[in-house]
Amino acid sequence: MSTKTDKIDRLAELTAATSDDQKGAGIWREAFRGLRRSPLALTGAVIIAVFVVMAVIGPFVAPYDPVATTWGDEVSQSQNHFVGMRAENWLGLDQLGRDEFSRMLIGARQSLMVGVIATLLGFAVGAALGGISGACQGLGRKLGRTIDTVIMRFIDMMLALPSLLLAVSIAALLGRSLTTLMIAVGVVQIPIFARLFRGSMIAQSHSDYVLAARALGVRRSRIVFAHIVPNSLGPVIVQATLSLATAIIEAAALSFLGLGNPDMSQPEWGAMLAKGQTFISVAPQLALYPAVAIIITALGFTLLGEAMREALDPKLRK
Amino acid sequence: MLRFIVRRLLQLIPTLIGLSILLFVWLHNLPGGPEAALLGDRTTPERRKQIRALLHLDDPIWVQYGRFVKNMLKGDFGTSVQSNRPVIDEFATRFPATIELGITAMLIAVIVGIPLGYLAARRRGGFLDSSVVTSSLLGICIPVFFLAYILKEIFSVQLGWFPSIGQLSPGLETTKVTGFAVLDGLLTGDLTVTSDALAHLVLPGIALASIPLAVIVRMTRASVLEVLGEDYVRTAESKGLKESTIRARHVLRNAMLPVITSIGLLTGSLLSGAVLTETVFDFNGIGSFLARAIDARDYSVLMGFILFIATMYVLINLLVDISYSIIDPRVRVR
Amino acid sequence: MRLKKPKTYALLAAIPALALAATTACTASATHSNDKTAFVFAGAGDPKSLDPSLASDGETFRVTRQVFEGLLTHKSGGTKIVGQLAKTWDTSKDGKTWTFHLHDNVKFHDGSKLTAQVVCDNYDRWFNWKGTYQNAAVSTYWQDTFGGFKHNESKETPPPNYNSCTAKDDLTPVIKVNHASARLPGGFTLASMGIHSPKSLKTYAKESAPKGDDPAKLTYPDYSQKAGEAAGTGPYKYKKWDHGESEVTLTRFDGYWNAKEKAHIKTMIVKTIPKENDRKQALLSDEIQGYDLVAPQDVSTLKDKGMQVPKRGVFNLMYLGMDQKKDGKKTPLADKRVREAIAQAINKKKIIKQIYPPGATVAKEFLAPTLDGYSDDVKTYDYNKDAAKKLLKDAGQSKLKIDLCEPTDVTRPYLPDPEDVSQNIKADLEAIGVTVTENPMKWNPDYQDAVNNGKCSLYILGWTGDYNEAYNFLGTWFGTYKDSWGFKDKKIFDLLDKIDNEPSVSKRKDMYVEANNLIMKYLPGVPIAHSPPSIAFASYVNPPKVSPLTSENFAETSFK
Repeated sequence: MSTKTDKIDRLAELTAATSDDQKGAGIWREAFRGLRRSPLALTGAVIIAVFVVMAVIGPFVAPYDPVATTWGDEVSQSQNHFVGMRAENWLGLDQLGRDEFSRMLIGARQSLMVGVIATLLGFAVGAALGGISGACQGLGRKLGRTIDTVIMRFIDMMLALPSLLLAVSIAALLGRSLTTLMIAVGVVQIPIFARLFRGSMIAQSHSDYVLAARALGVRRSRIVFAHIVPNSLGPVIVQATLSLATAIIEAAALSFLGLGNPDMSQPEWGAMLAKGQTFISVAPQLALYPAVAIIITALGFTLLGEAMREALDPKLRK
Repeated sequence: MLRFIVRRLLQLIPTLIGLSILLFVWLHNLPGGPEAALLGDRTTPERRKQIRALLHLDDPIWVQYGRFVKNMLKGDFGTSVQSNRPVIDEFATRFPATIELGITAMLIAVIVGIPLGYLAARRRGGFLDSSVVTSSLLGICIPVFFLAYILKEIFSVQLGWFPSIGQLSPGLETTKVTGFAVLDGLLTGDLTVTSDALAHLVLPGIALASIPLAVIVRMTRASVLEVLGEDYVRTAESKGLKESTIRARHVLRNAMLPVITSIGLLTGSLLSGAVLTETVFDFNGIGSFLARAIDARDYSVLMGFILFIATMYVLINLLVDISYSIIDPRVRVR
Repeated sequence: MRLKKPKTYALLAAIPALALAATTACTASATHSNDKTAFVFAGAGDPKSLDPSLASDGETFRVTRQVFEGLLTHKSGGTKIVGQLAKTWDTSKDGKTWTFHLHDNVKFHDGSKLTAQVVCDNYDRWFNWKGTYQNAAVSTYWQDTFGGFKHNESKETPPPNYNSCTAKDDLTPVIKVNHASARLPGGFTLASMGIHSPKSLKTYAKESAPKGDDPAKLTYPDYSQKAGEAAGTGPYKYKKWDHGESEVTLTRFDGYWNAKEKAHIKTMIVKTIPKENDRKQALLSDEIQGYDLVAPQDVSTLKDKGMQVPKRGVFNLMYLGMDQKKDGKKTPLADKRVREAIAQAINKKKIIKQIYPPGATVAKEFLAPTLDGYSDDVKTYDYNKDAAKKLLKDAGQSKLKIDLCEPTDVTRPYLPDPEDVSQNIKADLEAIGVTVTENPMKWNPDYQDAVNNGKCSLYILGWTGDYNEAYNFLGTWFGTYKDSWGFKDKKIFDLLDKIDNEPSVSKRKDMYVEANNLIMKYLPGVPIAHSPPSIAFASYVNPPKVSPLTSENFAETSFK
């Protein structure tokens, strides 16, 4: 249906191509071998590691309370008094006199949390839908095929909406909250994961070892859970890594459209960027810090994800 | 072929019905409600009640949905509460602007993306290749609204090269023929209008092009690499054919097929970017209007526009599938 | 940045377009002539209708004020009520009869002449409205000023105060009301009460009001959505309304009755640019020549680049609202000590210095300082953290938890940056140990709805006066029980009711002072700031006299 789906479908096919039914172990070995050699993957991994460390230990090492307007008397947006880098505030102050460095550190946690939970949501629901759909299609008889068709119609319906529009409608309709933000960003991922999971399950159900297992009389549920599911996970993990990048950017876009975290005193990169943009001609740093942070983090996930995809895809490895 | 088209068109119907039911139920069960948007700065509970009665908002939801479908079949999608104009009029006035913007972005992406992707593939592993790959990744990772903002601040505010808002300069005398500003200028022979409209398209076009550009560059690169490894290219090389011949006759032609499909397919997803780009450039297309409709809880507009867009999206994809089978006879539409 | 690489190529591709664009850019930097160059002014929202009597918002009135004139108006650039179509006016002692003496050479845009009968036809049209027109959202200002209609169709519509209008002679309309009201003569200055030409009235009458039985069709009538039928007496007339580009084009009315105040510039365009930053950038890149609602942080940037930012007078108030009843239950705010603690916890000076433009002042009561009836000796509650903490402790609310509602994506003349103002208030309250939960909502409809229906304990809001009468401020808030305040205080309500029925201006003034003292002793909320809403113009424009009521007369504008 789109490049989005083309890529997904290609990724899905790979499960069957690379698996020799060692419960996914083959994929992993292959992938690691490829990744170790790729400088892009290493860069991505390092960025992600730094980001995760920041998000985890940030709250413990942040020098100041990110919410307290401690230096409120020193700044004035109406008179263009902004405070840049200095010894006590490494990245200066924001427009309300709060420590920008502490806000950036703690903002990392919010961004990671939104990204991870949204992706998990998309993954869980998508995998469930795609899994049922794929299992029904691959192993079921007439009823199975009907269930598969119904689910896939629904998935295609979701894919028929441009992703940001879908996220925005959801965020606008559920009202503004952190949970909504995660749901909105996560729902967009559901059809992608569903299609991926279904595709890779179908690809495998036609593979030799599944046919063999069926011929030997192994129970269907056992085939699904012991063989097909673990073998499908490789592409899903690649997709999840890529999705994390999208999730972080999309969350920022929602914040920009005024649909982000309602507790605006809590720092979050997307919201900080949206607010910082209004001061771009007088205090560009307030927009640049969060912008650079978002770009680099998204880049980290994309680099690693793309490298993993290449490592998995024999065609691209040539 | 015809059967295929008809079947795809028929599939559109359940999709739209499902979507409209989902949207309708959702929209009408939320706090605030459409009546509140009608009331200006001075709302009181009494006034709310009046409006609710007037809009029949207290009827059961299926009655309201039935009424909506009935009106929709008559071509009546309701009225925008922001502007008090029919939704269909709002769509018609704004749709050409979005199409123009989308085409501009696509052109930029293609004109820049294909040569870059090709060059990168030819010099695989070189400096050009790695910088193209990295910047295309950056193109995906930079938030579109931020890129748009930076472009605007630099090229219109600081340098004054391009206008920062709208589709045309305010006050420009135009005659509307098609609603497409560039086209109208050409049709009426008024080149000032055309050049003005083009100038207004440059910055938002570049911002909107960032993601398709990145995708096309990567697609071209991968596809050219694949073709370069094929036997027939190696055969051609070993035959001692001139490189330019190989390039034109073998590599480019074969590598372009997947790229061309992806170009068609990307058009649909441009709409996502258009919401952000149009908002930043205050471009009066459907994207910015939709963003405002969300702000104002403009139910009829949300409903109508989303249905229109979904239809568009499906139709574009159908067109792409058809054209793909024309371009590449090996692919049979099933 | 490595990112630039493909972007540079993109720019190269854009060069042909650039070359074309250069032609337009050149014309923009040429000299500006009143007759040839259009004056483009940007507002923040689309007007709703070309007929001001159907609207209640400033974006609409900015346009219609240039086209329609009422009987009275405010002095250009000031707040004094003066005649507009009426040279002079008298009122009877009981305040029930208003006699106006019209200028005698006034012509409408369509050539018809202004007479007393035309004025009466206009007022009678409003009074006789039926159906959708009686909807409070449509005829807001008529209902605010004169109550209901000849035949009220809904029980919720207030009884009419308008009685009749008769033409005593050709130039003397006499308007009678049922009882004296503090809303007059201010009401006669409202943009909604602009006088339409008799021909227009006839065409309006032919277009039926949208009927209530089609739910999706609460549209404004056709005549109010396109230029052509609506004609007034103002210095500009309507030429075009381009909904797609959000532009209303006005053109000079050469037959304007007041030869001395004819419009200088021939073509004026009012364009909608929703975001303040976009308006600023459009002015700096010379796409527009002026805009309203300037963000305070942009004032100095604009001045540095040679733009003009004339200062308006102050005619508004921003306050922290406190609701003593939320969802039908009493809140801790019902205890005056808690309200007083909150009032003392807020560092108003810091908020004003940080966020408000120069010229903004700390507010101490619920009235703008320029109005008659402003009291100089109300009880004040100065910033004092320790006193606030002690008050909370005395009230047994040391661990108070409270919600604070704030509007998003909006700026109001009195509230340049709601997000940063509420963040400041939150930080101040947390400094005295109060736990604050933020509750941001879309201004329209969610926020106004939540506040008006008593769903917010604390909220930030404000008011810009419609006309020079303190009742327009005080009556709006404390005239009767409101869910947004959640309190009943007989003394305040009775006094304001007495004021509303008092015909003598001087007596009203003393009563307002008393009311202000009473209100601030009771402390229903915390008045925070009076702020001059900024407006900006390009360097080569002679701006109009800016108005504290944000009702500029753009006929005064010209190019240098």
